Amino acid sequence: MKGLIIMKIKTKKAFLGYLFFSPWIIGFIIFTAYPFFYSLYLSFFNVRFKSTGIDSTFVGLKHYIYAFRGDLTFPLALTDTLTNIILSVPLILIFSLIIAILLNSQIKARAFFRLLYFLPVVIISGPVVSELVSNNAARIVDPGKYFIYKFFTTLPDRISFPFLYMFDNLVLILWFSGVQIIFFLAGLQKINSSIYEAAKIDGANSWIIFWKITLPLIRPFILVNAIYTIMELASFANNSINGVITMHMFDIDKPYSYSSALSWIYFISIAIIIAITYLLLKERRKV
Amino acid sequence: MSKNKFNRYFNLRRYLNIKILIYVILIGVGYAYLYPMLYMISTSFMSAEDLINPTIRWLPVHPSLRNFRLAFDVLEVTKTFFNSVYLSLVPAILQTLSTAIIAYGLARFEFPLKKIFFVLVLLTFLIPTQTTLVTKYILFSRLKIAGTSLASFLPALFGQGIKSTIFILLYYNFFSMLPRALDEAAEMDGATQIQIFWKIMLPLSIPAIVTTFIFSLVWYWNETLLSGLLVGNTLKTLPLALRDFVAKYAEMFPSQIGNSTNRLNEGIRMAATLITILPLLITYLFLQRQFIESIEKAGITGE
Repeated sequence: MKGLIIMKIKTKKAFLGYLFFSPWIIGFIIFTAYPFFYSLYLSFFNVRFKSTGIDSTFVGLKHYIYAFRGDLTFPLALTDTLTNIILSVPLILIFSLIIAILLNSQIKARAFFRLLYFLPVVIISGPVVSELVSNNAARIVDPGKYFIYKFFTTLPDRISFPFLYMFDNLVLILWFSGVQIIFFLAGLQKINSSIYEAAKIDGANSWIIFWKITLPLIRPFILVNAIYTIMELASFANNSINGVITMHMFDIDKPYSYSSALSWIYFISIAIIIAITYLLLKERRKV
Repeated sequence: MSKNKFNRYFNLRRYLNIKILIYVILIGVGYAYLYPMLYMISTSFMSAEDLINPTIRWLPVHPSLRNFRLAFDVLEVTKTFFNSVYLSLVPAILQTLSTAIIAYGLARFEFPLKKIFFVLVLLTFLIPTQTTLVTKYILFSRLKIAGTSLASFLPALFGQGIKSTIFILLYYNFFSMLPRALDEAAEMDGATQIQIFWKIMLPLSIPAIVTTFIFSLVWYWNETLLSGLLVGNTLKTLPLALRDFVAKYAEMFPSQIGNSTNRLNEGIRMAATLITILPLLITYLFLQRQFIESIEKAGITGE
């Protein structure tokens, strides 16, 4: 009897849980899962709009192959967008960790600096960034004037490219670091200061403390920040890939299908980047 | 003894040097952060003469508001500003409410498949906007809501708005921390679960609500990729007007050869950019503490 009542309460609670959660399930099915899988489905078909209805024929991987073999703009846009992400993410992470550590030391005016560094998060949007870039407002210094920049330009492309990228996009890298700085700062403040004191008593200097204590303890934050940064950059409105995807939406002979294939190639690329990041940054079990 | 004194003095100097170095770095970085803003402000006040004068870098000699007047007209601020307010305020309210309800279900109840749903909530964050862009357009066209504000409101209402995963996690952490004794006491007094949520839990969650609302507002305001395709043609927002600024300007002021007075220059474009971000800047200055402290307290890495 008692067991039955408990069962009843449990079922009632589960029902209530579903009741609260149900908007998400409905929304997920209609606005996320359906567009997501429908896009995969379309990418294998050729669609035609006829007076009798929609006529679709299965074409297999044709669109995927065409994207790399026949399309002139897509491979360029894809590599461009992915290179931006792959180069920017480590730079943003390293930069924001350094700033967070500096802000975490005993300094005055910390609130002011936080306020300053967080400002871009509020104002950043695709059109604003492209206006700033195209009017040279994001180019704080003309890097060409500096010896170090010139030095890198003399090196082979493959070596110098990441460095030149960093110089050219310095302000944008800073502007994308706002959330990450604050998040790292929150993580650093959670570390119990007695650990540092104990390490100091044992004779560890700041360098050792950083590598042996701060970095391992902040690791989960690095992973979350990395994934956040990747997705933030991947969905940004200015990526050159967006134009290619929307451009093909109304192609006469294959409306939507080719765009869907492109968007799935993009999704898979981002998923691979996320997976690699996860494997690199996940916490390793001590043997 | 004097050696000891020397050591202490030396340590103090080293300490001070490090302090100064930290400040120098922070201020330098701060300058880099502010540079685009300063450039924007100073350029937007420059007249055409000032812009071509290479000796003028920061302070305009003939400051004028002409750039702003032109940008104001081309952006159609009187129209686009209210579109922006409408298309960010309503979804932000809907998202704040819906993610709270959803997270409450996840945080306070045990139900079958909950773990799987939780993982799904996390995974939706990993789908780039572009992947569902095309099919969302088809879907909304079929539902006959493409080009209407519903295309933005409905996903927000069902917890699929911009970055809703983050807000669900934020509420989840918040609700998980509230003591169970609260609902038990209320249940004893005969309150229904909906009453408990509405009358007890929500009032206690004001910090989470404020955070969600302001971030949702800002992200909806700045979103152009999805809204540009789904609602942008009929309800143009301020950032979308900025995106099309150059084309619109050319349409309103066809360039005449030999007439440079109305030619588009960076002064006008920077004025347009400044107008677009001004509402956000004002919001930020008023709500700066809520913006920053909320992220510190959010503790999304709870799990």
